[in-house]
Amino acid sequence: MSATVTFLLDGKAIPFQDGDTVMDAALRAGEYIPHLCHNPEFTPHGSCRVCIVEVNGRHYSACTLPAAENMNVDNSSEAIMAKRRSLLQMLFVEGNHICPACEKSGACQLQAVAYYTRMLSPHFPHFFPRRSIDATHPDIIFYHNRCILCGLCERASRDVDGKNVFTISGRGMNSRVIFNSDSGKLGDSELSISDRAASICPVGAILPKSKGYQVPIGQRLYDTRPISLVGDSNIRRNDKT
Amino acid sequence: MKPPVLTIESGKKPRLATAALCGCFGCHMSLLDIDERILKLVDMVEFDRTPLTDIKTVGECEIGLIEGGVANTENVEVLRDFRRHCKILVAVGACAVNGGVPAMRNQFDVQDCLEEVYLNGIGVVDPQIPDDPEIPLLLDKVHPIHEVVHIDYFLPGCPPSADTLWTFLNELIEGKEISFPYSLIHYD
Repeated sequence: MSATVTFLLDGKAIPFQDGDTVMDAALRAGEYIPHLCHNPEFTPHGSCRVCIVEVNGRHYSACTLPAAENMNVDNSSEAIMAKRRSLLQMLFVEGNHICPACEKSGACQLQAVAYYTRMLSPHFPHFFPRRSIDATHPDIIFYHNRCILCGLCERASRDVDGKNVFTISGRGMNSRVIFNSDSGKLGDSELSISDRAASICPVGAILPKSKGYQVPIGQRLYDTRPISLVGDSNIRRNDKT
Repeated sequence: MKPPVLTIESGKKPRLATAALCGCFGCHMSLLDIDERILKLVDMVEFDRTPLTDIKTVGECEIGLIEGGVANTENVEVLRDFRRHCKILVAVGACAVNGGVPAMRNQFDVQDCLEEVYLNGIGVVDPQIPDDPEIPLLLDKVHPIHEVVHIDYFLPGCPPSADTLWTFLNELIEGKEISFPYSLIHYD
């Protein structure tokens, strides 16, 4: 048996295997690196940048950075947290995230990661983009206002459901998720409520209909304990309410 | 940049002003939710312009609390007046912090909003869009207050809980760095 190889995450030795990213090894060791577009079920996307870490004076996304022996990773200095806050603030002002009017509030990863980094204000001017809602599906509603373009629905639909219902189209501010159907409407696509893609959204963009506000305030996933302890809202768990 | 620390002359109580712009008054209600601690607050601060005193003009104050976003020309005037008179200006609640629920009208043209409410809405009698010169003009969008004036502190929440407001005011007045436990940071 070969000796365990490790790297340092905030000074703590984290064992890793060949092919692991920093994120893979950290999650396996029970260490939290904030993330939104990452989910261990799927190929890393590296798009939200919230898992930013510093190694040897350079910044990387932990979900795409291959782990290497004796690497010294800064995951929680105030400088890294400030960068994460700025990234989150940009995500918030780029969309229309009205938490008091969102059914996902309290169990939303964008919100939870923002709480974790102690983000108290959006800091930047808001774009207030005009985006639509697709409510044509009988069981599922899609709010473009809340989409952070993490690509998880695209990966889940393609890799688990085998349906390719979602993809991201357009460039820059005009980037948006589009649906694979002749009409372009979600209701005419093959998406089913039991699909993995229907429950993978880390924010309130893809939601089941007729289930809003079922969990009372105070009992929601992130009401009393931070995401670093509770975990992601979109991982498969048995105790999920 | 670190937010400013409150400095008060010894023996003097800091003056506190509050205003509600485009909000629902829920943040002011949350301030009242500190319950009997309001008696301590009366000992800690001198109230200036606030709906609690009904004083209509703002004087020189150490602390200004602003609820609500900026939706009309009067909101702009009140907010700028507060900025001129308050050493420390605080955005209180979701609407002040990011526009909140009123900012959902930013998805529509203001003319369409007025027509829906005053001309075409269900149950409208004598349809007409109000145009009395005393009524402040609506802005084309609802804005968070930090887009109009510099803001020193932000207290998110819809509303921020009584404990959040109480913790903030105590730490600020004692000259401490503001720090909230996890349970006091929420956006809804």
